[in-house]
Amino acid sequence: MKTYTYTEKKDTRSGFGAGLAELGRTNPNVVALCADLIGSLKMEKFIEENPERFFQIGIAEANMMGIAAGLTIGGKIPFTGTFANFSTGRVYDQIRQSIAYSGKNVKICASHAGLTLGEDGATHQILEDIGLMKMLPGMTVINTCDYNQTKAATIAIADYEGPVYLRFGRPTVPVFTPADQTFEIGKAIKLTEGTDVTIVATGHLVWEALEASKMLFEKGISAEVINIHTIKPLDETAILESVAKTGSIVTAEEHNIIGGLGESVARVLALHKPMPQEFVGTNDTFGESGTPAQLMEKYGLNAASIVLKAESVIKRK
Amino acid sequence: MPSTQYLNDLTIQVRRDILRMVHKVNSGHPGGSLGCTEFLVALYNVIMTRKEGFNMDGIGEDLFFLSNGHISPVFYSVLARAGYFPVEELSTFRLIDSRLQGHPTTHEGLPGVRIASGSLGQGMSVAIGAAQAKKLNGDKHLVYSLHGDGELQEGQNWEAIMYASAKKVDNLISVVDLNGQQIDGSTDHVLPMGSIKQKFEAFGWTVVEIEEGNNIVSILEGMSEAKSKTGQGKPVCVLLKTVMGHGVDFMMYTHAWHGKAPNDEQLAVGLSQNPETLGDY
Repeated sequence: MKTYTYTEKKDTRSGFGAGLAELGRTNPNVVALCADLIGSLKMEKFIEENPERFFQIGIAEANMMGIAAGLTIGGKIPFTGTFANFSTGRVYDQIRQSIAYSGKNVKICASHAGLTLGEDGATHQILEDIGLMKMLPGMTVINTCDYNQTKAATIAIADYEGPVYLRFGRPTVPVFTPADQTFEIGKAIKLTEGTDVTIVATGHLVWEALEASKMLFEKGISAEVINIHTIKPLDETAILESVAKTGSIVTAEEHNIIGGLGESVARVLALHKPMPQEFVGTNDTFGESGTPAQLMEKYGLNAASIVLKAESVIKRK
Repeated sequence: MPSTQYLNDLTIQVRRDILRMVHKVNSGHPGGSLGCTEFLVALYNVIMTRKEGFNMDGIGEDLFFLSNGHISPVFYSVLARAGYFPVEELSTFRLIDSRLQGHPTTHEGLPGVRIASGSLGQGMSVAIGAAQAKKLNGDKHLVYSLHGDGELQEGQNWEAIMYASAKKVDNLISVVDLNGQQIDGSTDHVLPMGSIKQKFEAFGWTVVEIEEGNNIVSILEGMSEAKSKTGQGKPVCVLLKTVMGHGVDFMMYTHAWHGKAPNDEQLAVGLSQNPETLGDY
C-alpha cells in the first residue's frame, strides 16, 4: 500500500497567501480585497508587492462582494479574503445576485473554515458553507487539503473564468502533496489503491483519511483514498470507477453532513450505482470552543472515526 | 446633442412603453419607472459618453448601474431606444424565455445590462468596484448609479457610502431617486430617514440637488454640475427629486402604483395622456 509522509506542517491559508503573491507577480489583472483580516488570510506579501492592486474594504463584507463584482467589469480578477463564515453566510445574497447570477469572475477565498478554527467557537466556525456555495448555479467549490494544494489551487483558479469558492483553514496540517503538482479543477486525485472500501475526503480530512487507511490496512482492510478537492463540479467518474471495485464508500469532510460533500456523492451513487455509504462530518450541529484536535475528536472528524465508518460500511455490503 | 424636443418626445414614448409593458403581463413596477423616465432618457442620450454596441468591460466609456432593479421597464425601454437591442423585444417583458426578466440580469445576455439587480442595496458597491477598475485601467470615464430612496434603508448602502469617500472614489456619481414613496407607504411613514443630504455630506460626499427631477432641462443642468464636481477627491451624490408615477395623473403622488399594473381602462387613460411620438413597439 502506498503511504504518505510529511516533513513539516503548515497552514493551508499560508498556501493561499503564497499563491496570491505569485499571482501578483504573474497576472497583472489579479486584484485582492480584504475585510480587515490581512494577517489571518496571509495576504501581506501580495499587498507589499502590489499596493495599488489591493483594496482594504474594512469590516464590510457585503460591500466587499459588490465591489469585487464591479471590479470584474473592467477586466480585473478579484480575490476576496475573509473568514469562511463572513465569506458565505453573511453575504449570501450579495454573492447570489451580484456574483453568481451575474456570472462575475470573482474568487471568494475563505479561511478559518470549519471546526479547526478552534477557540473562537461556533459564531466563527461555519459548517454550512460548502452547502451554501454548491447550491448556487455556476459556482465552483474547492476545499483544499494542505499548503501545496492550496497554493496550486489559488494559482489555478485565476485562469478559470467564472465564480469560485475556495475554502481553506487556520491550523497547521501535514504537507504531503507534491509542491509541483498541477491543480486541475474538478479532477479528483487517487491517493491509495484499495479494494474493500473507497474513502472520499476533502480538506483537512484528506490527511485523516490517509491515516485511517493505514489503520485499516493493519486490520486487513484495503481502502482506496480519493482526495476530492473540488466538490463542484464533482469528479463523478473517479468516484464511480472506484466504487465499482470496492462496493462501499465513506465520505469525510469538516462540514455538516447535511448539504456537504457526502450528499453530493450520495446523489451520484443514487443515480448510477446505489450502494452502502457512511458519512464522516458534523451532524446537524453547531461547533463550540476548544482546541482543533479536541473539536475534531469530539465531533468525530478524525482518522479513528473514518476507520469506524469504514468497518461499518463494509458490513453493509 | 439631441434637441430638447426630441428628448421630450422620447420621454413620452418611453412612458407609453412602460405602461404597455406592465399592462400586457399584468405585473411590474410602473410608479418608479415613470418617475425616473426623464432622468434615464437624459442620462443615456446626453449625459453619458457611450460607445457603439455593447461590451461588458465598458472600457473607454461611461457606465451605468441600476441598483433599484424593479424599475426595469424604464431601463429596458431607454436601452432599446438607445439602440442596445430591438425595440420590438420590449413586447417580451416578463414573458417566458425572454431576455427582459422581471428584474434586470446579465444572465440572459441582454445588451446594456452589466449586473443583476432587484435584491436591493447592492448596486452602489458594484458601481464603486467598476469605478476603481476604471482608475486602475487609467480610464477617465465616469460611473453612474441609480438608487431608490427607500432602498437606502438597506445597510449595504452605508457600507458603500462610507467606503467611497474614504477611498476617494471621485469618478462615481450616485443618483438617489427621492420620490418619498415605498411599497408600504411614504418613506416618512415606513422608516423616516431624516435628511439624506446631510447624511451623504456627513459621510464625506459632494451633494448636488435637482429640485425638478422630472424636468429634462433641470436634470441636464444638475448632472452637468455633478460631472464638474468629479475628480476632486470625493464621490458625488445627486438627489433627484421626482414624482412617482409622473406623467400619468392617477398614478402620481402615491405609492399605490409602485408594483401594480393598470387595467385596460387605466391603460387607455394613461396612453391618452402620453400620445404616441416616436412610434410604439
